[in-house]
Amino acid sequence: MKVHADFSALRRTKWYEYAIRFLFGGIVTAITGMIAKKFGPQVGGLFLAFPAIFPATATLLEKHEKQKKERKGLNGTKRGRLVAGVDAAGAAMGAGGLIVFALIVWKLLPGRSGSMVLAGATLAWVIVAVSIWAAVEKLRQLQRRHRTRRITTKVHS
Amino acid sequence: MEILIRALVGGVVVSAFALLGDVFLPKRFAGLFGAAPAVALASLGLAMASNGKLYAALEARSMVGGAIAFLVYAYCVCVIMLKYKPSALVCSLASITIWCATAFGLWMLWLR
Repeated sequence: MKVHADFSALRRTKWYEYAIRFLFGGIVTAITGMIAKKFGPQVGGLFLAFPAIFPATATLLEKHEKQKKERKGLNGTKRGRLVAGVDAAGAAMGAGGLIVFALIVWKLLPGRSGSMVLAGATLAWVIVAVSIWAAVEKLRQLQRRHRTRRITTKVHS
Repeated sequence: MEILIRALVGGVVVSAFALLGDVFLPKRFAGLFGAAPAVALASLGLAMASNGKLYAALEARSMVGGAIAFLVYAYCVCVIMLKYKPSALVCSLASITIWCATAFGLWMLWLR
């Protein structure tokens, strides 16, 4: 499947689901600041990569997939959980980009323009995360092709 | 007042990345936005403004450990979800212990 945007997904999300994510994001950012104030930036920094929004997103995704199947008269529990698992695989790839983001900010921030470093690090996050995703997709395609070829050879022999 | 500003900025940035995650398909690609530097962008920007760049750089150094912990966390959630198919809420919340153990382990060994 090619990467594309489906804006109808925005209409399926209810107002309180947006509110939950806003709340989660706000609370974690505020707590991170408080931890850094109390225990110093060395401890507070850890929480800049805390999985703040992931549990809420995975739960909403599971719920939406389940409802989609149920509208067709099917039990969508398994499908919902599978999609949440696939979403976690994407998050693991995104985390690769997050490591690069942190390394760039750590190494380049002193002595340079703060907004430029943050913008550059965000761009690096996009490039690294998408590259990891593309490499994994390519690998999966090759594996699938190899498996199909093996089955075809077995059938013919 | 400062906490309120932090919460507002954090909420807005996190929501923006979550919207991107909602819109994109396939879901494996959309999942990338689950690990977007949303909290980091909000917090580092505010830390730079109030405490200076060196303070923010120190936070970013520790963030490397947190990000490695996030990678381990997301990978574990993925494996558990695909293999045993538990509820996403239970699995993602219970696995935060994995993030804590990895992050603080790295902090003790490397970042302290």
